[in-house]
Amino acid sequence: MRPLDEKETTMVFETLFKFTGPNLKHLLERPSAEGPDAEPGRYCLRLHKNRVFYASESLVRRATAVSRVRLAGVVGTPIGKFTHGGAFHLTVHALDLLAAHARRRVWVKPDTERSFLFGNSVPKSALARITENTKSGDGVVVMSMADVPLGLGLGFRVEEG
Amino acid sequence: MARKVAQRRPAAPPAPPAAKKVTKVPSRAAKRAAPKKQQLLESSDDSEEEPQQLHEEEEEDSDAEVPSGSDAEELSGSDAGSSGDEEEEEDDEEEEEDDDEEDNDDPLAGDFLAGSDDGSDEGDDSGDDSDVSDDPEARSAALDRQNQQTEVDAEEELALNIRSESDEFRLPTKEELEEEALGPPNLPNLKRRISEIVRVLSNFSRLRQEEVPRKDYVDQFKADVMSYYGYNEFLIEAFVEMFPAVEVVELLESFEKRPPECLRTNTLKTRRRDLAAALIPRGFNLDPIGKWSKVGLVVYDSTISSGATVEYMAGHYMKQGASSFLPVMALAPQEKERIVDMAAAPGGKTTYIGALMKNTGIIYANELNEKRLHGLLGNIHRLGVTNTIVCNYDGKELPKVLGINSVDRVLLDAPCTGTGTVWKDAQIKTSKDIDDIRNCAFVQKQLLLAAIDLVDANSKTGGYIVYSTCSMMIPENEAVIDYALKKRDVKLVPCGLDFGRPGFIRFREHRFHTSLDKTRRFYPHVNNMDGFFVAKLKKMSNTIPASSESSKDPEEAAEGVDANSDDEDEKDVPDEQPPQLKKRNRKDGKKKNEQASIPEEAENQNQAPEKPAKQLKNHKGLKKSSGPKSVEMNGDKEGTHTEQTEHVKSYKGSKKNNGPRNAEMNGDKKEASSEQAERRVKVHKSVKKSSGPKSAGVSGDKTETPDEQTEQISHKKKRSDKIKKSGSKSTSEIKEKKPVSDNKRKRKWQFKLRRDWEAKQKCEKRAKV
Repeated sequence: MRPLDEKETTMVFETLFKFTGPNLKHLLERPSAEGPDAEPGRYCLRLHKNRVFYASESLVRRATAVSRVRLAGVVGTPIGKFTHGGAFHLTVHALDLLAAHARRRVWVKPDTERSFLFGNSVPKSALARITENTKSGDGVVVMSMADVPLGLGLGFRVEEG
Repeated sequence: MARKVAQRRPAAPPAPPAAKKVTKVPSRAAKRAAPKKQQLLESSDDSEEEPQQLHEEEEEDSDAEVPSGSDAEELSGSDAGSSGDEEEEEDDEEEEEDDDEEDNDDPLAGDFLAGSDDGSDEGDDSGDDSDVSDDPEARSAALDRQNQQTEVDAEEELALNIRSESDEFRLPTKEELEEEALGPPNLPNLKRRISEIVRVLSNFSRLRQEEVPRKDYVDQFKADVMSYYGYNEFLIEAFVEMFPAVEVVELLESFEKRPPECLRTNTLKTRRRDLAAALIPRGFNLDPIGKWSKVGLVVYDSTISSGATVEYMAGHYMKQGASSFLPVMALAPQEKERIVDMAAAPGGKTTYIGALMKNTGIIYANELNEKRLHGLLGNIHRLGVTNTIVCNYDGKELPKVLGINSVDRVLLDAPCTGTGTVWKDAQIKTSKDIDDIRNCAFVQKQLLLAAIDLVDANSKTGGYIVYSTCSMMIPENEAVIDYALKKRDVKLVPCGLDFGRPGFIRFREHRFHTSLDKTRRFYPHVNNMDGFFVAKLKKMSNTIPASSESSKDPEEAAEGVDANSDDEDEKDVPDEQPPQLKKRNRKDGKKKNEQASIPEEAENQNQAPEKPAKQLKNHKGLKKSSGPKSVEMNGDKEGTHTEQTEHVKSYKGSKKNNGPRNAEMNGDKKEASSEQAERRVKVHKSVKKSSGPKSAGVSGDKTETPDEQTEQISHKKKRSDKIKKSGSKSTSEIKEKKPVSDNKRKRKWQFKLRRDWEAKQKCEKRAKV
């Protein structure tokens, strides 16, 4: 497990920025209650076997005792992973984290929840509510009407005429 | 009279024995009627009532005389004819006024009319009392008697039947059994026989067959139960030993059924009532699981599977057996604690712990089986538990990895034979054997000791270990806890679960510690959940009782001692030390059951190996640490620390000739002293420069010359000699200063150098590679 290097960090931040915008700094500067220390540490990103994890520093420190081979799912929440080709993909485990900090949200009608959960895109007709100023290419958190975050998505607007 | 008789028959109760009485009753009535008639004729109207009453009594007395008449009447037809009229009359009477009868039955009618124009009504009202209306009265009396008689007869019959049943239940003879064995098992038959035997056994003295010992009944019971429910002999024997026969049947019945499905609300994301409010419209039939849990829900039925909802995907709840709540409730993790879950997959308990801690503190979730890690990870992430580190070790290794005395609480949901969850895997019924249980118990004991070693007794908020299994077998439960109580300084505390049966304190020939009644056992037929066992231990101190060391081999004894000293080390030395020190422990399991051969040796060398072993261990451990530190530690740890340090200093400072090897070392020492601040490797390198077989090997090529090898071998020998010698001599404790002879000191120092050199060699080899 190691900290991300420059390139990797920029890639991750770029992707996150699509969702959170300027809130990004909140992600890393949150005081964390995790870890047995009395003082809240800060959060950091760590890379382990091509997966990026978001964990508090104290947790990370404790995890160094576990040997690399044996460290399985690690630490904190996995945010995403680097593909073989070097791109960074966000995974759904980041949902909780992003849902809290995301700027743009989209609420889906109850009937279409299932459809989205099983992998289909959300057409405009299925949207009950949408944050203003959502542009094409914006990262968006899909929520159900009960404010349960369902997933992540990218805004896609088809310009007509 | 005859009329009445005939009439009575249909009106009489249908029981066959009662038929006899029917004839009697009317005969009585008839008899009554006769004298009544006479009296009526004789007496005046007014006085009828009184004499009627009297006559009643008389009639009843004189019943006996009439039967013959009634019998005769049944045979004769002529009387029947007349009786038919009477019957009709009586029918009418019964249903309507007596007037009808009066009309038809001349003597009576006349009497009646005569006797009771006024009294007819009265007669009707007091029909039961008056002589005149002796028919209703007689009838009712007769009916009462009939009823009584039928009751009595019925009881007799019943008693007869009962007697006949119990008499009939005999254990099947050998021939019968052989016959049975030929065909497929006759299930209803078996079931009946099982319940019969249970009945007999519950009231053995009264219901037993003559001269048939109890054992025969029990054996037949076992055989029947085995073939009816499909168990192997071992399990049935175990159950029969633990429970009375009635309970065994209840238990086995409950094993056939699945306990109700339960959900645990994930308090990190939602609340129980919100969850229920969300699920019920989806077609779930839910209820809170009971007073004992605030997060549990029981699902009676549902239109869709409970794993298919949005809430499940979002991690609002976890599908979990009710029994899995219990060990975590017993553990009661607090916020900001360090917790270890030694057998975490699939993750229900781990996530519950995380929820209770509200994502503070840290959880180490360990799972040995790689294939189950994926599920564990999935559940942890799904439920949004973020304070977890998941690792993939054998639980026994965890004290080395995490450091002993380092965490606040440990949950050990030990791998077991699973005899409490038969519904999940029907194979358990037939596949478990005494060997399985013994193997499991062995592993469980090791794991439990490792768990105890992980916990810090001096933790401010914790110091608890919860041990739980989903098995009901005593060797896996009470015996393991008993073992731990003997081997470590722990004590049982109440689990905090106020339901469930207390564990066994004694069982057959075993006698366990009396505090074992604080453990809890749960059964499917009592608590409607899986068979389960929970025990909560509190670690009283970090020391390991000396008596527990006797069964270890010397190295383990040394380890045990190191455990004590590590406390101080941790204080003196930064964090990196403890893991390294732990890593040097070569043995995996600290305690083994079967080390019969070793204890004696170990006892002799018990106290002794501490020192030299420690010394050796120090050397190993110090491979990675810096030079000066290791030297200091070396000095600190050993009993002869002052002498050692003096020795060291002197060694550094002067050119003492302690022996042949020292000649070589002197130069080294000097240089070493100058480089004390540097790493050990460098010290070794400085040693390289000096002359001598040792250094020759060390310099340049770094190949081991045969000389060195022989040296090594000889040194090893010396070392082992040393251990044995000191073993026999020493009696002191760890910290005691011991006067050391010059020779001994020499040798000790030589050993130290040897160790250092070897360590250096290894470093260099690694660097090379």
